[in-house]
Amino acid sequence: MPDLGLEVLFKGKNMARILGGLGVALQISLVSVCISIPLGILLGALMTWKNPVTKAILRLYLEIIRIMPQMVLLFLVYFGTTRAFGWDLSGEASAIIVFTLWGTAEMSDLVRGALISIPVHQYESSAALGLTKAQTYLYIIIPQTIRRLIPLSINLITRMIKTTSLILMIGVVEVLKVAQQIIEANRMASPNAAFGVYLTVLVLYFIACWPISMLAKYLEKRWR
Amino acid sequence: MGNPEKEGSVTDWAFIREYLPMYQEAAILTVRIGFLGIAISIVVGLLCSAAQYFKVPVLRAIVAVYVEFSRNTPLLVQLFFIYYGLPKIGIPTDAEMCGVIGLAFLGGSYMAEAFRSGLEAIEPIQMESSLSLGMTGAQAMRYVILPQAVSISVPAFMANVIFLLKETSVFSAISLMDLMFTAKDLIGLYYKTTESLFLLVVFYLLILLPISILGSLLERRLRYAGFGA
Repeated sequence: MPDLGLEVLFKGKNMARILGGLGVALQISLVSVCISIPLGILLGALMTWKNPVTKAILRLYLEIIRIMPQMVLLFLVYFGTTRAFGWDLSGEASAIIVFTLWGTAEMSDLVRGALISIPVHQYESSAALGLTKAQTYLYIIIPQTIRRLIPLSINLITRMIKTTSLILMIGVVEVLKVAQQIIEANRMASPNAAFGVYLTVLVLYFIACWPISMLAKYLEKRWR
Repeated sequence: MGNPEKEGSVTDWAFIREYLPMYQEAAILTVRIGFLGIAISIVVGLLCSAAQYFKVPVLRAIVAVYVEFSRNTPLLVQLFFIYYGLPKIGIPTDAEMCGVIGLAFLGGSYMAEAFRSGLEAIEPIQMESSLSLGMTGAQAMRYVILPQAVSISVPAFMANVIFLLKETSVFSAISLMDLMFTAKDLIGLYYKTTESLFLLVVFYLLILLPISILGSLLERRLRYAGFGA
């Protein structure tokens, strides 16, 4: 049995530091999610408008954000905008900007999808029953939309958490960076630390994301 | 030398011409690893979804664990574990192989989910009806179940292909000279931020745009394949 380098984790404050790093990643994804969900709902609702101009602009925004890898977006904001506009942007701030832009785009598409998936006869039947427009939305359309939307937006949260691992590349000290530092600091004492520490990070991400995915799956099944 | 802010605002086309070949090479590497990884993930996905569809004992449980684990962890961390972690217990990995394996490990589970949802969307009554018409199990699969399942899986499949190609952008972290790596390198070396990022975006668009367009065309085409929908 080779040395797995797990003992490093129990030295000093290493485990606490790793958890702290995970905290940073989770915090950034949480902030981005909290901003992107309301914005996404707004834009998604706007996308169902008949106005061709708003439709075209929103579509363009969605496609641009979607086609670029998030890493490229991070580089564009962190290196590109700071150079072009001469402002100072920390890694964390760039990360929140990028994940909010991305999350908003994804969320708006989910909202649009959920809204147009409500068949027209639902609107017509409500009208036939004498419901006003506001009542139709309040009692008929929105409750159904929310049911379709919640599992999907929960999935968006796990995607966001997984994507935050990229912020290592723009110099934010999150869980992966902390892991690197710990491995570097202990390379003499335990040369195999890379195995144990990176495995721990993998497991930590799994522990953070899996329950959320399970919840989404459960709700999807239950509300079908 | 003048004010660096000022210089940054003028696009240096000579620089772009000079480093175009470097980006081209990097793009080829990105595409090569991407497609190799995707090809393996399709195989892995097919095997996994088959194990789940035919309810193969034991294998099915292993697949379920693999799918959950791979889908709920980021590719970057998987790559770090494969590239830096595995050699410590005596499994040697080189960067390119590691990229392919990492992508296949992640992609396999996404593909498996896409294929499985296609298969599961076909109601059991279709299989039962085929059998009662005198088809063998293989015939029913070949002529009834698979054609429908495939056309249902295509949108998810294309989304996965694009997702996996985008995920290749993390390979620079394990020092593969891909597009991200080249861009970061040039920014660090020459401070030609605007030009480096411009080339980066252009090359990613060259790779991703055709596939994205192909995906939406295919999706539109296949919408006719469904019955009554």
